[in-house]
Amino acid sequence: MSQVINSLLVLLVLTGFTLLGSSRLAACIRAVGFQGLLLGLLAILMQDGKLSAAGVLLPLTTAVVKGILLPWLLFRAMREADTVREVEPLITYNVSIIAGTAALALTLWLGQRLQLPSEPPSSLLVPAALFTSLAGIIVIVSRRKALTQVLGYLALENGIYAFGTTVALRLPVLVELGILLDVFVGVFVMGIAIFHISREFDHIDTDKLVALSDVG
Amino acid sequence: MTALLISLLLFGAGAVASLVFARCDRCLRLFGAGGIILGSVCGLVPAIQVALGAVPQSLRIAWDVPYGSFYLRLDALSAFFLVPIFLICALAAIYGTEYLEAYRERKALAPPWFFLNVLTASMAVVVLANNAILFLMAWETMALSSFFLVTFENEKQSTRQAGWTYLVASHFGTAFLLVLFVLLGKSNGSLDFGRFNPASSVGALFLLALVGFGTKAGFVPLHVWLPEAHPAAPSHVSAVMSAVMIKTGIYGLLRILTFLGPMQAWWGWTLCAIGLSSGILGVLLALAQHDLKRLLAYHSVENIGIIALGIGVGIVGLSRDEAFVAVAGFAGALLHVLNHALFKALLFLDAGNIAHATHTREIDRLGGLLKRMPGTGATFLVGAAAISGLPPLNGFISEFLIYLASFKGAVSLGAFGSVPMLATISGLALIGGLAVACFTKAFGIVFLGQPRSECAEHADEPNLAMVAPAFVLAAGCALIGLFGASVVRSLGPLISSVTGLQPLVVAGGLAEAANSVERVALFGAIMIAMAALLSLARTKALARRQVSMGPTWDCGYATPSPRMQYAASSFAQPLTASFRMLLQTREVLTGIEETFPQRAEFHSHTDDPYRSYFFQPLFESITRTMAFLRPLQQGRVQLYVLYIAVALLVLLLWQIA
Repeated sequence: MSQVINSLLVLLVLTGFTLLGSSRLAACIRAVGFQGLLLGLLAILMQDGKLSAAGVLLPLTTAVVKGILLPWLLFRAMREADTVREVEPLITYNVSIIAGTAALALTLWLGQRLQLPSEPPSSLLVPAALFTSLAGIIVIVSRRKALTQVLGYLALENGIYAFGTTVALRLPVLVELGILLDVFVGVFVMGIAIFHISREFDHIDTDKLVALSDVG
Repeated sequence: MTALLISLLLFGAGAVASLVFARCDRCLRLFGAGGIILGSVCGLVPAIQVALGAVPQSLRIAWDVPYGSFYLRLDALSAFFLVPIFLICALAAIYGTEYLEAYRERKALAPPWFFLNVLTASMAVVVLANNAILFLMAWETMALSSFFLVTFENEKQSTRQAGWTYLVASHFGTAFLLVLFVLLGKSNGSLDFGRFNPASSVGALFLLALVGFGTKAGFVPLHVWLPEAHPAAPSHVSAVMSAVMIKTGIYGLLRILTFLGPMQAWWGWTLCAIGLSSGILGVLLALAQHDLKRLLAYHSVENIGIIALGIGVGIVGLSRDEAFVAVAGFAGALLHVLNHALFKALLFLDAGNIAHATHTREIDRLGGLLKRMPGTGATFLVGAAAISGLPPLNGFISEFLIYLASFKGAVSLGAFGSVPMLATISGLALIGGLAVACFTKAFGIVFLGQPRSECAEHADEPNLAMVAPAFVLAAGCALIGLFGASVVRSLGPLISSVTGLQPLVVAGGLAEAANSVERVALFGAIMIAMAALLSLARTKALARRQVSMGPTWDCGYATPSPRMQYAASSFAQPLTASFRMLLQTREVLTGIEETFPQRAEFHSHTDDPYRSYFFQPLFESITRTMAFLRPLQQGRVQLYVLYIAVALLVLLLWQIA
């Protein structure tokens, strides 16, 4: 079983690198969606065979929302904003990937040092979860398009979710559903916002917001 | 306590109603002012009862905030401060209904009514709070609501500037209070006032309270926000702020003093020194001002100085076991709190009337208003005499008590102990004399003589709602002045709760002081009777003669014009010249040089010395040294996220490593 979990975690890390290294928005959306599916699967596998109805249904809902619904919304936003790729990121894709490697090294070290209330099912889980979050942050910091920022935010959230599976395997159903709804509404609103920004300003480049700064 | 809760609820209802009915002008006046007036009347009853010696009441409601509880307590000290708060706020609300009408076309009037209700409620909670968290929350609410009231006319650059100065000063003070309360509550883990247990460093706690509360009260050199904020605010708000809001600083200081255990002599010395510098500098700067409301604001600094002198003398007395010195000192200071609330509110409301009628606050553009605005003029005269400490009005009684305490202290405290007492006596005398000069200037230039400009010429008495509150306040000044002895005797419960002395000892001291006040009141009555007799004799003597009206002596000019009259600066010049060292008045004179001079000009301007020689350089150097941080603010969302992420990562690594 742990073999499967470990290989899924490695896949999670690899999708993180895809997100960091790809310039095509469609590929990025697919990567984030794939992360969602992986997370659902991981959450079911980590229950050690003691399967319950809620224990299966909840991860399945997560997988559907994160892996299918959100990518669909984002594809729609992409079509409406009429953008296909992230041009001229603030740092190049090579540098992004190098930063990602550094982040992976950091998280591997952190995974050894971090004291957790309960032993995680796999020693790779904490580094993979933290890396996914850091990759999300790198994307948020280094990209211009609002759509990519949303993707970064989603990856960040995926990392937190993966981390959460170690610490709180048995979260109350209501809380988990609440978080899921939160993310869904967040992305939904951001999708609408992106559409309106692009219609209003003819672009969705967030760094043009510098014009709103009060520094000369 | 129920009545007080109802009164707080009424303020809240007034605030909400003024937002709900923002569009309906009549409802706004009805609900906005109604909430304050009804709430104040409702709260005045228990406040007066407890101030006069009824049993203290308290109310405690549990609250989710850590260390916090909604714990209100009404004892003699809070009740005594509540009385002026409710009284002045209610009168200011009546005044505001008419005063704000002038802005109806240009500005939304819902915010000032909302914030005035909030301000009144928060001031009441500040003096009632018996828990540090509740106190600080009310304190902040008070600062913020008054900030929004000060910046009512925010389209003016000067008003915005004044607002920022006030906000910065307020938070500067609150920072000290935070530290103070944490230190007070640290030893036994509770922030309820009753359970404070001062640690060893009582002196440090006293200094923290002095700076924190002194900023609100306006002790020199922390007074710099007062002369900016008071002129900028609408007049009824200036009245509330100057008359009662700055007094919450005095309240806080006295409240903290009751927690700190036996008072030490050096606290008294410090307060005397602060009182002297505030009093003298305040009145001198007032003398040099050309703006009527700024002049009044500096007089608030002066009067806060007098209050500090009284407290200082009282503390020195307490520390040396001189009961009479302590009782009379504290009684003088506390009575001056009430008195200043009455006459300063009166003067600010009258200044508002003048600004309303003439659209200017420049003293040098006014003149001859007594004939045009008789009600305003008469009440202003009463207020001016009262603030100058002239008998038989109320300002005299409180200053007289402080004199009594200092004379007694100077005689009985020995060579060393008598130093602050003698300084207080001479300082008070100097302050009183300069105050008389200053208000002679203010009243003389504004109300007497000929109008100096068009706007003063066409001035008219405003309507009843703006004049009646001033008459109520003037009556209050006269009543406390005439019945000074009974007022002094009734301060017993208050003084014993502040000083911790036995009620019998306090009553004895107050009776002794009241006797002296009575004797002076007798002389006052005789003086009034003689003045009445003289005026009667004058009318009698003139009745049989032909009376003709002529111009006043015109110095030989064939056609004197109103501009040749004494101006505010020329009237004050002999005095400001002798204090040139302190005031640093800047004068610009283009002299008369040719044989046939065309034109000559004279300007004088007096900056606040602490503002221009201390705070301004200080803040400029802070801005300069912090300039290297400016590039951090780039306006890029990505960069801000990076800052947050880096900060979190560093914290995580620091925690782990």
